[in-house]
Amino acid sequence: MTTYFTKDHEWISVDGPMGTVGITDYAQEQLGDITFVELPGEGDKVGKGDSVSVVDSVKAASDVYTPVSGEVREANAALNDEPELVNTKPESDGWLFKVLLSDASELDGLMDEAAYKAYVDSL
Amino acid sequence: MTDTENEVAETFEEPAIEKLPLDAWHRAHGARMVPFAGYEMPIQYAGPLGGIIAEHNWTRESAGLFDVSHMGQISVSGDGVAEALEALMPGDFSALKPGRMRYSMLLDEHGGILDDLMVTNAGDRFVLVVNGATKWEDIGHLREYLPDEITLNYHDEQALLALQGPKSADALGRLVPAVQELVFMQGTEAMWGDVPLYITRSGYTGEDGFEISVPAESATALADALVAMDEVKPIGLGARDSLRLEAGLPLYGHDISEDTDPVSAYLAFAISKKRREDGGFPAADTILTRLANGPDTRRIGLMIEGRMAAREGAAIFAGNEQVGQVTSGGFAPTIGAPIAMGYVESEHAATGTRLAIEVRGKMLAATVIDMPFVPHRYHRKKA
Repeated sequence: MTTYFTKDHEWISVDGPMGTVGITDYAQEQLGDITFVELPGEGDKVGKGDSVSVVDSVKAASDVYTPVSGEVREANAALNDEPELVNTKPESDGWLFKVLLSDASELDGLMDEAAYKAYVDSL
Repeated sequence: MTDTENEVAETFEEPAIEKLPLDAWHRAHGARMVPFAGYEMPIQYAGPLGGIIAEHNWTRESAGLFDVSHMGQISVSGDGVAEALEALMPGDFSALKPGRMRYSMLLDEHGGILDDLMVTNAGDRFVLVVNGATKWEDIGHLREYLPDEITLNYHDEQALLALQGPKSADALGRLVPAVQELVFMQGTEAMWGDVPLYITRSGYTGEDGFEISVPAESATALADALVAMDEVKPIGLGARDSLRLEAGLPLYGHDISEDTDPVSAYLAFAISKKRREDGGFPAADTILTRLANGPDTRRIGLMIEGRMAAREGAAIFAGNEQVGQVTSGGFAPTIGAPIAMGYVESEHAATGTRLAIEVRGKMLAATVIDMPFVPHRYHRKKA
């Protein structure tokens, strides 16, 4: 399983053809207390860079873009009752959705953990 | 991931972002600083009890220390000062006793709200506390319209701290016992050691609390002395916004503006009885006619079903017809649900009216409710 990162502060953890997507610890820190997560529908066809989810914090609503194209296979229903999981466990239990990748080559343009860390440090 | 809606903080077109007297103090306490009203301001603090929701809840349960030094502290004095202020605002300042204060509004010639403010009779002068983002325009307006014999001073040598929450009186009372004697909307001069303070029992959270005008050079020492107490923590602008929203209090530039008037803004309580009879404030005829006949649109509070928040600019519908717009809204930590303020056509403003708010293509069910959303807990005089 390999994890990739975007400049918009999403992560995608890829296991075979399936990717799990969330927002990074840096992103949740910037957003502050998260009060609601609008999740994509299961079966939604999504294109790389589409806004597929919205994370609502006390301050603002923020779009989440899918790092890859494909089909949404599952949304994290636990967030309906506990949206704060995105704050407390952004890179594990606070995942947003699972997507069946339609083009694995799209991963090539993403950052690995070291590159993402360097990117965040530069902000 | 990017913001799709406005954050609490706004960047104004000011020549430079300035620093407030407590700037270093905020940073030392882990504040995240953002530009607001021309200043670097703390939006929230770090740590286990930091963050907007935790800070909000702390203020409702204990005592929160807010730096509101960006607001303008203006004193006006001279013969006939009360009458001169009455020509610009709908308050009955001639009858306002020393040590008493009122909420009021600076009005333009059409009855539009130039600013909302607190006016205190401090004995030898009236003290106006105005919004940070509008203070320069306010000073210009006051200088233009107040008679020449009225002296106006802008006190940028003073910082302004607010201590808000049910434990505020106990905490501040340890430093300045005289504050225990104040009731809501009263003010007094007081000494903290050799530091002169002007303290009012007021605020903008709906809780009991105080606003403390302190010389800028003593602000850090006073903030240190307050947060040294177990019940006091520093609270940022983010929680200030969620607290005032729950308290049903309008935010200038969002819920009220030059395009709204005291009647539509549901602030007619600030038009004193005597002023309703005698008029004499800007656009008095227009405003008093509107008061008698009812406004076309009205500021209302909305409880929203579900968890999704509606924010400034969202359209409000009755059936298929748009009847208004949200002017501020967000998740209300004390209620545990999203709430909003906005304006709707008056026929849809009655308590209990079922409306809908459009957010990102979804229609959220909403019900008009009486504000405040969270009951005020001011310290009023016992009967």
